[in-house]
Amino acid sequence: MTATTTAPVAAPPTGAPARRPSARLRAWATRAPLLPALIFMIVVTQLPFVATLVISFFDWNSLYPDARHFTGLDNYQEVLTDPDLRNSVWTTVLLTVAVVLASLVLGLVLALLLDRRFRGRGIVRTLLIAPFLVVPVAAALLWKHVLYNPEYGLLNGLLHYVGGPQPDWISSTPLLAVEASLVWQWTPFMMLILLAGLQSRDHEQIEAARVDGANDWQIFVHLTLPHLRRYLELGALLGSIYIVQNFDAVFTITSGGLGTANLPYTVYQSFYQAHENGLASAAGVLVVIGSIIIATFALRVVSSLFREEVSRA
Amino acid sequence: MTALRRNSMGLLAWLAGIVFFLPIAWMALTSFHSEADAATNPPSFAASLTLDGYREFFGAGGGASPWPALINSTVASVASTLLVLLLAFPAAYALSVNRVRKWTDVLFFFLSTKMLPAVAGLLPIYLFAKNAGMLDNIWLLVILYTSMNLPIAVWMMQSFLAEIPVAVIEAARVDGARLPTVLARVVAPISLPGIAATALICFIFSWNELLFARVLTGVVAETAPVFLTGFITSQGLFLAKVCAASLVISLPVLAAGFAAQDKLVQGLSLGAVK
Repeated sequence: MTATTTAPVAAPPTGAPARRPSARLRAWATRAPLLPALIFMIVVTQLPFVATLVISFFDWNSLYPDARHFTGLDNYQEVLTDPDLRNSVWTTVLLTVAVVLASLVLGLVLALLLDRRFRGRGIVRTLLIAPFLVVPVAAALLWKHVLYNPEYGLLNGLLHYVGGPQPDWISSTPLLAVEASLVWQWTPFMMLILLAGLQSRDHEQIEAARVDGANDWQIFVHLTLPHLRRYLELGALLGSIYIVQNFDAVFTITSGGLGTANLPYTVYQSFYQAHENGLASAAGVLVVIGSIIIATFALRVVSSLFREEVSRA
Repeated sequence: MTALRRNSMGLLAWLAGIVFFLPIAWMALTSFHSEADAATNPPSFAASLTLDGYREFFGAGGGASPWPALINSTVASVASTLLVLLLAFPAAYALSVNRVRKWTDVLFFFLSTKMLPAVAGLLPIYLFAKNAGMLDNIWLLVILYTSMNLPIAVWMMQSFLAEIPVAVIEAARVDGARLPTVLARVVAPISLPGIAATALICFIFSWNELLFARVLTGVVAETAPVFLTGFITSQGLFLAKVCAASLVISLPVLAAGFAAQDKLVQGLSLGAVK
């Protein structure tokens, strides 16, 4: 709007001093389409976080709103010394590392298998992607009731055929049960990223190495793995960002019980059930600090891939 | 490489594909079994098929009907996806075609918001919604899902739009084409597949979301994943019903995911991998 009303005034024929406002206008006109998205993001994602930071310094239980008062770092001290909360930090780390590593290794194996030509490759690719495309709550329900159930679950049903034991999977290994369901869902994600990495290899270089007498293993170790390094990093970091935040699987499979409560579940529980706003916020801030540490590395990896793309273009 | 070895690798790939797909296949089969046949050990692979699980899920047995939740999820996902496209397209255009100053910094700001865990903003959003009377309102989820997907969409679209040669756009401008013409005749035809893939991926993430929906909705605005949380505690023989529910609610995501299969990696890796 401002551009159309002021442009005629600001556009006298020539002269450097007169051109400056119109250049500025043009700069704003090119920038304008960006603003709605930018402002929307700042308002919806940054302001709540600032509020979380502020609330984390208050002793505030929403059942006793009048007793709200400033407590400085007490909430952080409580979060870090409370054994339950400290356990949930540890659980979050374990869950994230285990799921990311396992799905990365499995994803690499699958990507290597899919990188070769064979009959029905498209179908196998589709079969492998499917687990990632099941709604996370539905996937968690599937594992909890249909696979893990000690009486009529598929796992014990299959074990029955070979005369194996009939364990109660969720009670005996709760964290592993959650992790297995997440690995099943996230392996396709890793596979897709690594497959893209494999397909961007320099095939002439590989041929040249083969002509020089390198075997498959040498090519894998000396050419493929170094090339894949950044794709592995990218997969690990994006995976970490999503799995650190996982709520669905923990909430569905164990409802945070049996030592599987991770930080997002704890934050949810401390304000949704215990109404401890201050504590929940302090835990939330800790999740953010953890994510920022991961994100710093993630951003570096994305930006190096990104700059390479830009310079190639 | 010998043919035998190539064949065995292909066989291994097939085996892996079947193992990964087995839980879904079993879920599908169980959803067509009667509750009695669904809960046997050893499993009854060849039991007779029935639609009872689906009838139960859709409320025939007197349970809650899933339709309101399915409709809410559709509204939240479709509306937020449209809003995302509306906000992300101009932004991506400014970032990739116009190349505003410091465009990489802006792109990385969008990306960094994606790395801020949703749970960190949950409490203030809940308190705000409570005070503003927006709890249990599907439009609150539309706004939140838009913020959740906007960074992904800006990155994806930016990478798709950057593939349009600048010379083509310049040529159209020199010929006197105005912006709407340039968009309709030059940009749209090239970037439409990318925009479609972006939309499908945003739809998937909105449809899947549980935490916000669980905390911020109740009876009226309940979404499909929240409906599914009703199955967390066992209710006697209900496996066929759970399987039918999980499958029906996952169908839109499976469909959208396979439709966007070629661009899925680019979207999930925020445009970093092509």
